[in-house]
Amino acid sequence: MQKTYYDPADLKKFGKISEWNQELGDKFFDYYSKVFEEGHLTAREKSLIALAVAHTEQCPYCIDAYTKDGLQRGITKEEMMEALHVGAAIKSGATLVHGVQMMNKVNKLEM
Amino acid sequence: MSTQSLQKRESDLANSNRQLDILSGGIFKTGELPTFKDKIAETNQFPLKPKKLEILQINLGYMCNQVCEHCHVDAGPDRKEIMTRETMLQCLEVIKNTGAHTLDLTGGAPEMNPDFKWFVHEASKAGIKDFIVRSNLTIIRANKKYHDLPDFFKEHNVHVISSMPHYTRGKTDKQRGSGVFDKSIKALQELNARGYGMPGSDLRLDLVYNPSGAFLPGDQTALEKDFKKALKEDFDIEFHNLFAITNLPIARFLDYLIASENYEDYMYSLVEAYNPAAVSNVMCTNTISISWDGWLYDCDFNQMLDLKVASKVQHISDYNEALLNDRKIIISQHCYGCTAGAGSSCQGSVA
Ligand code: SF4
Ligand code: SF4
Repeated sequence: MQKTYYDPADLKKFGKISEWNQELGDKFFDYYSKVFEEGHLTAREKSLIALAVAHTEQCPYCIDAYTKDGLQRGITKEEMMEALHVGAAIKSGATLVHGVQMMNKVNKLEM
Repeated sequence: MSTQSLQKRESDLANSNRQLDILSGGIFKTGELPTFKDKIAETNQFPLKPKKLEILQINLGYMCNQVCEHCHVDAGPDRKEIMTRETMLQCLEVIKNTGAHTLDLTGGAPEMNPDFKWFVHEASKAGIKDFIVRSNLTIIRANKKYHDLPDFFKEHNVHVISSMPHYTRGKTDKQRGSGVFDKSIKALQELNARGYGMPGSDLRLDLVYNPSGAFLPGDQTALEKDFKKALKEDFDIEFHNLFAITNLPIARFLDYLIASENYEDYMYSLVEAYNPAAVSNVMCTNTISISWDGWLYDCDFNQMLDLKVASKVQHISDYNEALLNDRKIIISQHCYGCTAGAGSSCQGSVA
């Protein structure tokens, strides 16, 4: 058994998930590649969204993959960091907006 | 960034045999990754054979005003190997009689060869259809004696192909050295002013992009769009096409890959991106590469690995196109760089 939960080499094996369920695996990978095709959004924009979400999901595999993808597309590190702040702003916003719930509850319970 | 060539630094990797050992050892020896030979054999493409000769690529010498970190030539100001006029005369004989339609001058910085202008002048008389000079742009601004190059190129109807790693200063200077971006922009503006790269102009100006690190180039068309938009908006610069070229794991780029512990991952990326459809159009299938001292190679990369053509004819002095075209191309694992994704050649994507 490996000693750590994450191994960078596992990313290369992602495709193997289909081996234990070919049909659903195929459907997933078809869907996945379709999503990233050039559409109303450019493939470049999608790559930046993926990078931001990879961070909010804190998925090391996705961070590895979409950092490299961004470099391949000529995306600069400044653009990448800006995308991350969008993710981070939504994350912190999502935390703080729940403060309203807290405030509602306090207001209801306190005399 | 180092300011010296591997050769000057007396690095291990200045020795082409050492590079070849690395390329066939490690993960390729253990069978973790298939060799290029086994890979192309899967689709019956081994041995790799040339098709019709289209391009003569002449390397006028390894001297260069820059010392780019990724350089597969290991070029730099400290390299003294340059083509003599005597070898040039032999090249001219070949150029006059060749069936190739394109003449491609490269280096180093070919302009630094003291006989460069004479050679271009003579070669342009041979009536070759497409006459390319690979100019690194900064040379035009490097020294007063090179300031007239844009006019000189125009006068001889030379097709200029120039490297531009990125449309931002940061990425460009990181790969090529500080100040390179500003000088390149200035040089491009001067070429534009002569009509080079303008929409509809016959004076061809193409740019070469290669990644500034251990990753592969993205889609050539998308990159071209981004380059065009940024260079136009920021500097009012025009150019014709962008060629996205993959960095091959040899010379300084190999040194970088090993030093940064990216070598194995990079080879994995190349093998993963292997595209069998790119094999039939790799550069060596339509090109002969000639070194500063007149030896013949399948391509500029094999030249740097000192893998001379597998033919009775190995030197420009006994050049014979028919015999050469019957050769088998010499391959090793660096060739994966030519078949990754959409493929890569001196003219960009091939598949
Ligand atoms: S990559 Fe080109 S410009 Fe840079 S050092 Fe090598 S030959 Fe010179
Ligand atoms: S490196 Fe040279 S020999 Fe190998 S595939 Fe590319 S062009 Fe051909």
